[in-house]
Amino acid sequence: MGKYGKIAQLQEMLSSGEISCTELTKKYLSVIGKENGALNAYINVTADAALKTAAEVDKDIAAGKELAPLEGIPMALKDNISTKGMETTCCSKILGGYVPIYDATVWSVLKNQKAVLLGKTNMDEFAMGSSCETSCHGGAKNPHNLKRVAGGSSGGAASAVSGNLAAYALGSDTGGSIRQPASFCGAVGFKPTYGTVSRYGLIAYASSFDQIGPIASSVEDAARVYDVISVYDKMDSTSSGQKEPVLPALENDIRGKKIGIVKEYFDGVRSDVKEALLKAADVFHSLGAETVEFSMPSIHYSLPVYYILACAEASSNLGRYDGIRYGYQTEHYTSRNEMICKTRSEGFGAEVKRRILLGTYVLSSGYYDAYYKKAQDLRGAIVQAFDGAFSKCDVILAPTVPMTAFPENYAAKDPVETYQTDICTVPVNIAGLPAVSVPCGFGSDGMPVGMQILGPKFSESTVLNFANMYESAARETSFKDTGMGVSL
Amino acid sequence: MNYEVVCGLETHIELSTKTKIFCSCTTEFGGKPNTHCCPVCIGLPGTLPKLNKAVVEYAVMAGLATHCEINPDAKMDRKNYVYPDLPKAYQISQYDQPLCRHGYVELSNGRKIRLTRIHMEEDAGKLVHERGNTFIDYNRSGVPLIEIVSEPDIRSIDEAIEYVEKLQMIMRYIGISDCRMQEGSLRCDVNISVRPQGSTELSTRTEIKNMNSFSHMTKAMQYEIDRQIDLIESGEKVVQETRRYNEGTGCTEGMRGKEDADDYRYFREPDLVAVRVTDDMVKKTKAKMPEDPQKRLHRFVNDYGLTEGDAQMLIEHRRIADYFEKAANGVKNTRTVVNCITGPIFARIKDESEKDSFNINIPPENLSALVRLFDEGKIRKNQLKSTLEKMLDSGKPASAFLSEKDLAGISAEDLKKLCAQAIHANPNAAKDYLGGKQKAVKALVGAVMKATRGRANPQEAEKILISLIGQ
Repeated sequence: MGKYGKIAQLQEMLSSGEISCTELTKKYLSVIGKENGALNAYINVTADAALKTAAEVDKDIAAGKELAPLEGIPMALKDNISTKGMETTCCSKILGGYVPIYDATVWSVLKNQKAVLLGKTNMDEFAMGSSCETSCHGGAKNPHNLKRVAGGSSGGAASAVSGNLAAYALGSDTGGSIRQPASFCGAVGFKPTYGTVSRYGLIAYASSFDQIGPIASSVEDAARVYDVISVYDKMDSTSSGQKEPVLPALENDIRGKKIGIVKEYFDGVRSDVKEALLKAADVFHSLGAETVEFSMPSIHYSLPVYYILACAEASSNLGRYDGIRYGYQTEHYTSRNEMICKTRSEGFGAEVKRRILLGTYVLSSGYYDAYYKKAQDLRGAIVQAFDGAFSKCDVILAPTVPMTAFPENYAAKDPVETYQTDICTVPVNIAGLPAVSVPCGFGSDGMPVGMQILGPKFSESTVLNFANMYESAARETSFKDTGMGVSL
Repeated sequence: MNYEVVCGLETHIELSTKTKIFCSCTTEFGGKPNTHCCPVCIGLPGTLPKLNKAVVEYAVMAGLATHCEINPDAKMDRKNYVYPDLPKAYQISQYDQPLCRHGYVELSNGRKIRLTRIHMEEDAGKLVHERGNTFIDYNRSGVPLIEIVSEPDIRSIDEAIEYVEKLQMIMRYIGISDCRMQEGSLRCDVNISVRPQGSTELSTRTEIKNMNSFSHMTKAMQYEIDRQIDLIESGEKVVQETRRYNEGTGCTEGMRGKEDADDYRYFREPDLVAVRVTDDMVKKTKAKMPEDPQKRLHRFVNDYGLTEGDAQMLIEHRRIADYFEKAANGVKNTRTVVNCITGPIFARIKDESEKDSFNINIPPENLSALVRLFDEGKIRKNQLKSTLEKMLDSGKPASAFLSEKDLAGISAEDLKKLCAQAIHANPNAAKDYLGGKQKAVKALVGAVMKATRGRANPQEAEKILISLIGQ
């Protein structure tokens, strides 16, 4: 495969005996020990379990067994993916001490392959945020500049991958939570079509938007991980799985293919970001693809539609955290109701409370039609707009975020202004489409800029093909090693 | 003034599927607390529901049996409310697109009680108050229910009771629920109001929650009717509210004030896809369903020559009706089969639930064989009865109790001989008969029967006796 695939490279080293899985794992654990303090990417390092798995992998290698596609590769999971016997908290005080009694489907698939789990990564509380700073552990930092945030909500996962503290990580993307931090940290973040990766065991934020996907250091790695985790799961009624593997399609010729440039995606985008995107378009031209420009006015409704529907679902999904069965419970109370109220008041952070309140409001009788129902109708309109768009082009090229990584505490100042930075990522969640964020250069502040490639439903192989062709042509000017973590 | 009762019922029926509605845990009643549970039905973070197909099929059967339309675009919704027995803080139910709509249940007076809807939903767990503490048992959490909502078409307590009895009979008949009020597998909420006779307006109603027996339901409704009439007559107003029946006092009491009206914030359950019941599925389900009990009743009357009363007794319990049909197969005296069932067999059944399961130790084929012996004149009625009792005692077939000799019957020649012997032994009886005392021949028939231990045909014997006396 291509020369940028870290997973293939590591597996080659493992099977050739250049390094044992135990040595490799120790190397990762050791740099985590040194550098996680600054990055705050991991909130729970599972060293013992990692070394135990590594020893099993070494046995397989010694026995001459062929390695499974992700076997022996040190990786990380976002803390909203349930891991049996390992605390899973969504970085919320309210789930403090909660240890799942079952594995999320994605984790059980990886576990069966003997993937080496290094630990659980930091995230915005319940995946609600764009900076990772709503985490009860404080935010993850950006390996490209420790004064900048890693982004969110999968900030820890992006920080760990970009800082070489994991070969890849799984995040979740509800409104951009994989792509935005990947863009901020200069990594590849892939949000697949809704339904292709099982949500069973992913602690829900907004069920009709949530989707698990990989954050990796190359398109090839993202594709490799995606091929393993995109299995049909009977435990998830919305599961479809992916029929064909995407890896073989990565180097398909894109000559003569059409890339849509949608005017609305560039409204209010910072000029240096826009410039990086235009350069990326030129790279695609040089690869023989064409660009077509058009307008999709309904993109403007994306933010209100997203925040109304996602908060509505969240208000219901988060109702179960009452302190009765698991997680945090307030200390002093005189009645059941008081216990529940105090537990929730003390256990949830401000952003989560804001979204629960908003969601409860839009579902309340008397307001339902004006908000929830209207947003649901507009969701349908946005789906149709994309259907129309993809009759004109194969993929759409857009910025991932209208800017580069925020400075610390930017998000806390004005929540609504911060919500607006999600404008480029939320449309695909509304329509359930696949989109990959790929680094495409740097802003005037020296921070990574990410571009998104969006496609119609189940077009994973197409969007990853475009992304990989770009990376192959322009990796040198688009990616930058942070010099942190494990160097190979 | 005369008042008319206006009443509609919401009936919750627990479905008897083997597994729960959204996971594969057992629905079995009882069990140690929290042993029939899994991550899904206790609502652990990250778990997802998966709709049990059998629940949809059972609910479709309920709809078809009550003349409902099956909604091809049904979906599941979340009903959000907080209570410790509801582990997700929402109940997955159906709101604006229920599975079944626009049906009816016909009462014996010919009135049709219209059904607004039947929808599927999950049961909650149970709070257990013990040793000064409250515990939660989630064994019932996720057990499938259907809620059957009627229009306010019921006009009396008797109609309300009959309506629930009819639902019970139908649901048991199609085998989707045992509908036991005591065990809570059938519960009712009664919406009730009164209005002056002749008025067509609906007046303010109250809802009495959770009726779990017919006697409570009768008492609660009577109390509520009287209370509402008293209010109206004294110029006061009935307040729309939810009320509870207090078994101790026999009164209904308000449960909560009107100020905190429920807002369940219903919305579509995003974790489940639409419930698409195709015409083909409806057809297949129909084919699997037992015959409509009403139709079966008519068929029993027409095809088997039963009286309506007999047929009614049989069809009330599907297994009994099935048993009857098998036993009556190839039998001439079908009424004898009915009498065997409703007589000796019913005498050995303790209660309704035993009638429902109808586990009788003699297979219907054996009853059929016995009655056929009677058809063929090989045994007499008294022999039939005594043999059936022996069969029920032992579970053995009739052949175990009837010897070849018993079944061989009496040849015409032997019978003639026996009759002659009887006349000879009772000369007075013959004289009396000739003297005009017709009944005297009965004594002779009795003697013949005694001599044959009941095997002779008495009509036949009487004919022979009369002709012999006449010679």
